[in-house]
Amino acid sequence: MILPALFFYLFAGVCVASAFMVIASRNPVHSVLFLILTFVNASGLFMLLGAEFLAMILIVVYVGAVAVLFLFVVMMLDVDFVELRQGFLNYLPVGALVGIVVLIELMLVLGGAVISPGAAKSIVTPIPQDISNTGALGLVLYTRYIYFFQAAGLILLVAMIGAIVLTLHHRPSAKRQSIPAQNARNTANSIEVRKVASGEGLQP
Amino acid sequence: MSEILKDYLPLVVFIAVAMGIGVALLVVPFIVAYSNPDPEKLSAYECGFNAFDDARMKFDVRFYLVAILFIIFDLEVAFLFPWAVAFGQIGLFGFWSMMVFLAVLTIGFIYEWRKGALEWD
Repeated sequence: MILPALFFYLFAGVCVASAFMVIASRNPVHSVLFLILTFVNASGLFMLLGAEFLAMILIVVYVGAVAVLFLFVVMMLDVDFVELRQGFLNYLPVGALVGIVVLIELMLVLGGAVISPGAAKSIVTPIPQDISNTGALGLVLYTRYIYFFQAAGLILLVAMIGAIVLTLHHRPSAKRQSIPAQNARNTANSIEVRKVASGEGLQP
Repeated sequence: MSEILKDYLPLVVFIAVAMGIGVALLVVPFIVAYSNPDPEKLSAYECGFNAFDDARMKFDVRFYLVAILFIIFDLEVAFLFPWAVAFGQIGLFGFWSMMVFLAVLTIGFIYEWRKGALEWD
């Protein structure tokens, strides 16, 4: 019994500390790396809760893809580290507002747990013992929650098309290889014999 | 300790061994390696010139496009895992539900292929 508690405090402690370092470190690239550490530790916390699919997806999607995207964005911003610090006071009201909202939500959750300790048990769906975590998800996601599932597919489609529309612009000057055009060439349409008058060049 | 956490105990051992090796490789050079620091050893070297510019410059937005397209198909694969695990129980309806999902994303895939988003010019 002591081992899961030990790991909980390990994951939670590192998670909070690295989340603090995300906003405290001077270099944005270091911030993103600390964000990755936060994700990994949050995944450990999910694992302790028994949500193994969520933990693995957090690693695969957030650490593997979203963090890489953040790194690209950070590197693409052309950041001036000194200038970045200047705007701290400007962002303070918005940041404080978000912080207060999160604090109120946390207090509501904690207050509910203090006022009636049994309430949480009534809303949490117990994990069935005879079925794996991923299997339990698969049983309901594709049949009972099909509308949400298909909506997720449409959102992914919109994201794909939006990313292409926003960022893709081919340079017309770029020379591309066209393999069908190369393969379709033969001597008949690539070699031409011309008569050249003596003393005059050939105008193409 | 619940059953599920017992399954992951080897993973913890694995991570501990990996961290041990990693930390050892970081620490050992400080102890045993011959050290003769010089600022020139760390300065940027650009084929005989002094460095023209900072390395932290803007680069092509195309990298970002590749990353976004990767995330989308990553998520598509993430949806496939529970489907594959529960495949025997969700029946024909679950099967066609996933087929429609894949068809929607295949439309997007054809779009990006035809637009040339996968090419690098």
